[in-house]
Amino acid sequence: MADSSTIALGEARVGFRGRISALDMTRAEGAGLPAPELERRLLELGFVEGATVELLHQGLFGGDPIAVRVAQTMIALRRREAMAIVVAAA
Amino acid sequence: MNAGIELASAVDSPLVALVGNPNCGKTALFNALTGSRQKVANYPGVTVEKKLGRLSTPAGRAIQLLDLPGTYSLRARSPDEEITRDAVLGRLKGETPPDLVVCVGDASNLRLALRLALELKHVGRPVMVALNMMDIARKRGIEIDLGRLSAELGVPVVSSIAVRRGGTEALLGELDRLLAALPATSAADWKAPDAPALRNAQREADRVLKAAVRSPGTPDSATTRADAILLHPVAGIVILLAILFVMFQAVFAWAKPAMDLISDGFTWLGAFVGSLPMPELLQSFLKDGVIAGVGSVIVFLPQIVILFFFILLLEDLGYMARAAFLMDKIMGGAGLHGRAFIPLLSSFACAIPGIMATRVIDDRRDRLTTILVAPLMTCSARIPVYTLIISAFIPDREVWGFLGLQGLVMFGLYAVGITGALTVSFVMKRLLWRTTAGEPFMLELPDYKIPLAKSLALGVWARAMAFLKRAGTTILSMMILIWVLASFPEAPAGATDPAINYSLAAMIGHALEPLTLPLGFNWQINVALIPGMAAREVAVGALGTIYAIDGGAEATQQIGQALVGHWSLATALALLAWYVFAPQCASTLAVIRRETGGWKWMWITFGYMLVLAYIAALIVYQVAAAMGAG
Repeated sequence: MADSSTIALGEARVGFRGRISALDMTRAEGAGLPAPELERRLLELGFVEGATVELLHQGLFGGDPIAVRVAQTMIALRRREAMAIVVAAA
Repeated sequence: MNAGIELASAVDSPLVALVGNPNCGKTALFNALTGSRQKVANYPGVTVEKKLGRLSTPAGRAIQLLDLPGTYSLRARSPDEEITRDAVLGRLKGETPPDLVVCVGDASNLRLALRLALELKHVGRPVMVALNMMDIARKRGIEIDLGRLSAELGVPVVSSIAVRRGGTEALLGELDRLLAALPATSAADWKAPDAPALRNAQREADRVLKAAVRSPGTPDSATTRADAILLHPVAGIVILLAILFVMFQAVFAWAKPAMDLISDGFTWLGAFVGSLPMPELLQSFLKDGVIAGVGSVIVFLPQIVILFFFILLLEDLGYMARAAFLMDKIMGGAGLHGRAFIPLLSSFACAIPGIMATRVIDDRRDRLTTILVAPLMTCSARIPVYTLIISAFIPDREVWGFLGLQGLVMFGLYAVGITGALTVSFVMKRLLWRTTAGEPFMLELPDYKIPLAKSLALGVWARAMAFLKRAGTTILSMMILIWVLASFPEAPAGATDPAINYSLAAMIGHALEPLTLPLGFNWQINVALIPGMAAREVAVGALGTIYAIDGGAEATQQIGQALVGHWSLATALALLAWYVFAPQCASTLAVIRRETGGWKWMWITFGYMLVLAYIAALIVYQVAAAMGAG
């Protein structure tokens, strides 16, 4: 499902704008949670397929964590978990 | 007012629960509705605060209002959220289920709130929605069709502005209307939603949002502009450090006059009691046990008030989540949560406010880790002990031409404390929490908001009261225990040594001597460590008493000289190492017991710190002695 036009939000750069095309827990191998729990947490924070995302800020060290606007809400998370969010550039 | 009548009416009046996402202005709404008619308690056995308030509607109906911890879902991922779930579902033992659930949503950021509202419809209780911060939404050009929203959601919807006088009228009116004719509670068909259910619910929420809300779609411009600077990778950290600098400057400098006043007050009170005609033992109990003991704790009240003023201010501004964002990587390396930064820094003033400040950390394990290592941060009460020993034993000379050796040792003690804290949290994360290592950092960054003075004042007031209540109960009883140890049995008639040398404390000191000899501690040190449990700096005075030096604080110089005569350099260094790690503060332990809701974590803290202190002192003494300083 990850064709050439989509990337993981965890590898996007500051300024990236796009839409969520899928949540794929297999991409977030290093995440601190079991896959079903990680998926539920992401959904609860509004990371749902079709929602717009914009990467606004990143931390000083290794560009981590990142601050992302999902629809209207700004969410901070680590790139490791953001790997599970597959996005297509707008 | 008659407390009995008040209680009776409170029991009969209906219970309304406020549920909402974090940062939705729920607490501001709670404060606006109840004012000072609220009290903060703990749910039994857990650290979660139970905030209950009273209000009367325009129609004269008395209502009990429950402010539940913020959550995105009833699916409960933390103890706070479990309380919210169980309170809403009426599963809490000994607590009545709410008659009505009010789902509070930030009108300018409704997406996640609407999904929660849809979930709340399944709990089997009447539900209504209050759209808070309507003023901000309007200013940003967001138009909400309340009728349509209500029709789509299938529950009553009203708007509210917590920060404005009269901004809660519509909500109060609706409460009156609903409570006058409550629909029968239906059976709860709520069960923890799985991923497909959450996905569908969010899609439904998005559909409702599209139908009832017209938004220009532009984010809050003030927040965007502020974040360009405040979340800048470099400038953001520089500004954070500057804010922290001001904060701790304030905690130390602004608190000083008030602390001096309190300290003088208790000294005066002690002297006054000392001048009253009464049996000597009773006098000693009141003066040295109760007044000195409670005084040594209450003296920290100004620091706690100032610290919490800043913490609540930053929280209400919306900055606290940003500070966690900026520090996450640095703290994460040691297995700590980004939010642990402020509590740990506070612990340099005193571990007590630091441990209380860990409430900003949502995850229980992250919070426990922070509580456990907070006492390793060098608090201000260690300074008198460090100063005494350093000035007596470390020569006042310069190294490498410009660094004072004494200052260098002092710095080293701070550095060892910090390193110790980071190491312990790192080890804890790997060993103790192995099962769920690496709890992810996921946090909403709310729009910046102007804090409300009333909300701030109520928040600081609640913390101050919680602290005083603690000082009056747990801490007082510990102080009395320590006084008993240092006072009984009394010195025999015609005794020449100081009275404490005949006490239980002295017996314990002697009994412990075989254990502490490898550390270079004689029994006199062991004895001084016991009253030092009341507050670390008391050990200085106790050493003076034991080596029979009178004259209070001015005698520090003399105590130093006496110590040089009695101790070797290796012993002095070992005692410094001991003080870096040892659980030498009964008040801190009492606060840990309260904040963690039980004895277990208090004893774990006590145990691990004691072991670390013993090992550190043992190594320092043995190495120093081997090098000829014994």
